[in-house]
Amino acid sequence: MSQFLEISGLNARIDADGQEKQILRGVDLSIPPGEVHVIMGPNGSGKSTLSYVLAGREDYEVTSGSVLFQGQDLLAMEPEERAAAGLFLAFQSPVELPGVNNANFLRTAVNAVRRARGQEELDAVAFLKLAREAAKTLSMAPDMLKRNVNVGFSGGEKKRNEVLQMTLLQPTFAILDETDSGLDVDALRVVAEGVNRLRAPTFSALVITHHQKLLDYLVPDRIHVMAKGRIILSGGPELARQIDQEGYTKFLSEAA
Amino acid sequence: MPAATETREAVEKLGQSTYKWGFETDIEMDLAPKGLNEEIIRLISSRKEEPEWMLEWRLAAFRTWQSMEDPKWAKVSYPPIDYQDVHYYAAPRTKPGPKSLDEVDPALLKTYEKLGIPLHEQALLAGVEPAEGERLPVAVDAVFDSVSVATTFRKTLAEAGVIFCPISEAVREHPELVRRYLGTVVPAGDNFFAALNSAVFTDGSFVYVPKGVRCPMELSTYFRINARNTGQFERTLIVVEEGASVSYLEGCTAPMRDENQLHAAVVELVAMDDASIKYSTVQNWYPGDEEGRGGIYNFVTKRGACRGARSKISWTQVETGSAITWKYPSCILQGEGSVGEFYSVAVTNNCQQADTGTKMIHLGRNTRSTIIAKTISAGRSDSTYRGLVRVQPKASGARNFTQCDSLLIGDRCGAHTVPYIECRNMAARVEHEATTSKISEDQLFYCRQRGLSEEDAVGLIVNGFCRDVLKELPMEFAVEAQKLLQISLEGSVG
Ligand SMILES: Nc1ncnc2c1ncn2[C@@H]1O[C@H](COP(=O)(O)OP(=O)(O)OP(=O)(O)O)[C@@H](O)[C@H]1O
Ligand SMILES: [Mg+2]
Repeated sequence: MSQFLEISGLNARIDADGQEKQILRGVDLSIPPGEVHVIMGPNGSGKSTLSYVLAGREDYEVTSGSVLFQGQDLLAMEPEERAAAGLFLAFQSPVELPGVNNANFLRTAVNAVRRARGQEELDAVAFLKLAREAAKTLSMAPDMLKRNVNVGFSGGEKKRNEVLQMTLLQPTFAILDETDSGLDVDALRVVAEGVNRLRAPTFSALVITHHQKLLDYLVPDRIHVMAKGRIILSGGPELARQIDQEGYTKFLSEAA
Repeated sequence: MPAATETREAVEKLGQSTYKWGFETDIEMDLAPKGLNEEIIRLISSRKEEPEWMLEWRLAAFRTWQSMEDPKWAKVSYPPIDYQDVHYYAAPRTKPGPKSLDEVDPALLKTYEKLGIPLHEQALLAGVEPAEGERLPVAVDAVFDSVSVATTFRKTLAEAGVIFCPISEAVREHPELVRRYLGTVVPAGDNFFAALNSAVFTDGSFVYVPKGVRCPMELSTYFRINARNTGQFERTLIVVEEGASVSYLEGCTAPMRDENQLHAAVVELVAMDDASIKYSTVQNWYPGDEEGRGGIYNFVTKRGACRGARSKISWTQVETGSAITWKYPSCILQGEGSVGEFYSVAVTNNCQQADTGTKMIHLGRNTRSTIIAKTISAGRSDSTYRGLVRVQPKASGARNFTQCDSLLIGDRCGAHTVPYIECRNMAARVEHEATTSKISEDQLFYCRQRGLSEEDAVGLIVNGFCRDVLKELPMEFAVEAQKLLQISLEGSVG
């Protein structure tokens, strides 16, 4: 059977002030269905860039390589098509949308995705019921739905809001980019539970993190280490603990 | 392709096809010959069966107009207008002033139906009575080219003592009221277009709310220009007596035509002690095609006088149409403690030009004004906010707050803010804030990652940007305005 997600030889660069900057330099990564994989790696190694390229951000130019998502050519799809196909990205820095009501935004998103998936749209009442329940399980204050998207949210509230969106959009593949950063211990568990609730033989996740703590709750299947735009090492869950204790230096020099 | 480029290109694709109100109604018309002279003015006046004083008033305005020139100070450009090449009167060929909807030409009713305007009060009334707090019926006056074709709910309003009728009828039926107020807020010689309007105005609405009466429903007028080469010169006069209040909305559309059409309206509002007037506009005249061919020249003078103490006049406008908009709804804050408000969203796309804003003239003590102006420019359009806040020496304790925000879509459009502040009283406080922003790639990408099309994303962000203004619209029209915003930027993506 083909992999759920298959990234081969992915190279991507960005035009930064007229200078071509190569960021991804041959990323190879496969994720089977039902598994949770983790990417760790030093700051600036290209983790967020990989998540953006997978989600379809146009500023990054893919110069070579391919990404197959459930047999489809992911790179040929528009960002919203990828979302409809089941891809979700929890942003490292969620964006503020001034004047846009959070519940309204969520409902527009959910219905756009439902429409594309051939499901019936939710009316305001049905949606609000769902959203309120989801917010409650994530221990979010009810007024978060009434506020403007991420405007004035604390760091932790923004991350929870990302998980709320994920819960409502029901993705088959979720990328969480440092969703655990800046969270207190309780929030960390809430986020992990959010992901665990989605776990199913048809759901996979790619979790970007710097900390072992989240992985205690998540129980990942595989750990990958990224450095200088490539996956330099992969292993079982014990690899994360090792990195947590010893740091990256040893692995980086071994890989060099 | 970066989203910004795509957005820009898509906005440019926006053409005639997106203007959904561009159809033409085939109807027999009574058309005055082209040109403007005393003869034509006499003709209009006699068609309207006006009293002698009204004709004299028009003729005086005409003579004033002849000595005036087009204003040149606005940041808009257009070829000279040939005022002799315009029909100044066009009316559907039915008896003027139909007594009931049954007498109205069915083709006309169909037009309004297509526009989604609820003229059929029978149908509305036949339905279940709206529950408390639910959507209330709206009384509508429909103006087709030069005449009002139907005014609904007149009986219900009359029971409350409210007069809501075509102004031509008011001139005949309520001459004392019209004479007392007409031209007292916008004098006939106020400016070039106001003088022109005073000479040739054809129809529009008259509203009178007596002392202590809260008008029991929203009033609205829909204007439709249909005939070719005609100008529309409507005149609206709203007088609200002591302690009374009214909420009034105007909407407007026109067929798509290659030539430009002139629309020069005058609106006058008068608010006495503790009276309040809420005047909302959803302006959707045909904006012309993507090359800038055709479209309405919208040269409008709107002014409200807060004559009484603690009176309040609030202008809310959503301006998406017209090739050129020249419009500054203003408040003369005379009464002590009176309040003026101006909430505006102006959207320009393709080759549209808008020079719009407000004037708040503080004459009385402790007068207050608020200005919130949101400008959205796309394509090659150009938009200017022009606002004047003047505080006269006697206006101690006057306060003004102004907030002007511009949102640019693409990099070939322009947005300008021209605030004039004249403060002649040391004990007054005037604040001005302005921002300019672009829809960021981050915001667009965030929305699209959540499954929204780029178009929906732009719509959502733009609506968010305009929220402070949209929330001032009566509920019934807020939804309409939101859709309109989205449609006028349609194709802005994808
Ligand atoms: N838009 C951009 N313009 C210029 N440089 C960029 C841009 N995006 C990413 N980079 C650069 O690419 C490199 C990889 O960035 P990326 O955000 O992917 O790192 P990361 O692994 O997610 O780091 P962190 O752990 O700090 O989040 C960095 O050197 C960054 O400065
Ligand atoms: Mg990162």
